[in-house]
Amino acid sequence: MATYNTNEFKAGLKIMIDADPCAIIENEFVKPGKGQAFSRVKIRNLKTGRVIERTYKSGESVESADVIDVEMQYLYTDGEFWHFMMPETYEQYQADKTAVSEAMKWLKDQDICTMTLWNDAPLTIVPPNFVELSITETDPGLKGDTSGGGGKPATLETGVVVRVPLFVQIGEIIKVDTRNGEYVGRVKS
Amino acid sequence: MTNLDWRPSCDLAQLHQRAQMLATIRQFFVDKKVLEVDTPLLCQATGTDPQLDFFKSLYHYPPKNKTLYLQTSPEFAMKRLLASGCGSIYQICKAFRNGEQGRYHNPEFTLLEWYRIGFDLNQLMDEVGTLISQLLASNVAIKGIKKISYHDLFFQKTGLNALIFCSKSYQAYAQHHEMSEAFNLCENDHNLWCDYIFSFKIQPNLDTGYLYLVHSYPASQASLARINPDNSAVADRFEVFLNGVELGNGFFELADAVEQQLRFEKEIQIRADKQLPCVKKDPYFLAALNEGLPNCCGVAVGIDRLLMLLSARDDIQSVLAFPIERA
Repeated sequence: MATYNTNEFKAGLKIMIDADPCAIIENEFVKPGKGQAFSRVKIRNLKTGRVIERTYKSGESVESADVIDVEMQYLYTDGEFWHFMMPETYEQYQADKTAVSEAMKWLKDQDICTMTLWNDAPLTIVPPNFVELSITETDPGLKGDTSGGGGKPATLETGVVVRVPLFVQIGEIIKVDTRNGEYVGRVKS
Repeated sequence: MTNLDWRPSCDLAQLHQRAQMLATIRQFFVDKKVLEVDTPLLCQATGTDPQLDFFKSLYHYPPKNKTLYLQTSPEFAMKRLLASGCGSIYQICKAFRNGEQGRYHNPEFTLLEWYRIGFDLNQLMDEVGTLISQLLASNVAIKGIKKISYHDLFFQKTGLNALIFCSKSYQAYAQHHEMSEAFNLCENDHNLWCDYIFSFKIQPNLDTGYLYLVHSYPASQASLARINPDNSAVADRFEVFLNGVELGNGFFELADAVEQQLRFEKEIQIRADKQLPCVKKDPYFLAALNEGLPNCCGVAVGIDRLLMLLSARDDIQSVLAFPIERA
């Protein structure tokens, strides 16, 4: 089992804490002039997203977490699982609802996402920063309004609802920022 | 190669600030007739403190190659000078501590260390207060100096007795302050509990703007200080803090060669138990103590940290020309 010594701690390092994979956000070296040195780390639990603080004695070893980020192409969902494929190897992975979580509402087949694998099993999915989705439902906008002020809700093909400018119509494809759910612009087809 | 960080990590104004501070320190000691000295950084022995890791180097001098240590502090060499009758002395030098790197640590750092013959701890604490106030005066208004014992400060901030370990009340305190990790970390190690609570609950919560001189440390944390002759529970040792930053450490120096031997042996044993690199007792230092160290007090103050406070920086890299990453 691979381990990390506290002097290897740095932001981004993946370690096991209380049997959960975690990522170090911040590490602070604390040492009284005459006394025990500590590593005080801020960590994100990669399963729950919760941020906690932990203190280690300098020199202690901590089990490493076998966690990697890989690019995956989204294929389809069967309702229970979401299926992905590694583009280079055609190797397929299925992720459950917990792993897909919020990414669910942005996933369109063929899109390339970032999947975090823990012991080769999907842990979390991050959708691409920008997705292009077609509008399946929205109120007809006022004719001639191109300002976009105010806006209206629009349902996209994945079922997610975003605010769009009044001039955008059903059937159009729009670009959305998945990090904040905001409309970016229309995509000319 | 063009992207290589060859430039200093501090701005050039810092170089002037440092030069000014060193000049002020030298003038301060000239006025008090304290002699500036210069002792080796590479020595055949070094401190045994299990909490300090050192740099070791190999001296090629056939037929016998020798191990030499970069000093974690100039203390032993300076005490040899004291024992030889040089009078009060000071030194501004580099000290080296392996593996210590962080916001307040660089493995190579600048230390001001001085010894006053005939001073008691109180007098030295006063002198530290005067010097630091003077060095920081241009930018940091020190509201006052708080001299307080470790026990009183600990009790004030936590309600716990630092001198008597009560596992139950320490645990209850940790539980109550969302530090339940403390029990697994510290178990039944009283000193470790004290270090943990002091580092995370006391030091960061000292009143801003006050220079703290925390004295009478628990005897178990005596280091190279003598045990208080009237109260064997505490050592004649103090630490200096300002705005949550530890600036220095001072002792009424232990002069008893036998006691010093025992402390070395104890620490060497701890090193062996913890499988840390072994060191031998410094024979020159012990011989000097045998000859007789005059009654004196000494203190070491971190210059880089003083510069951090002076220029309101919260990372030691911003006051060093070339921190270890680009040294």
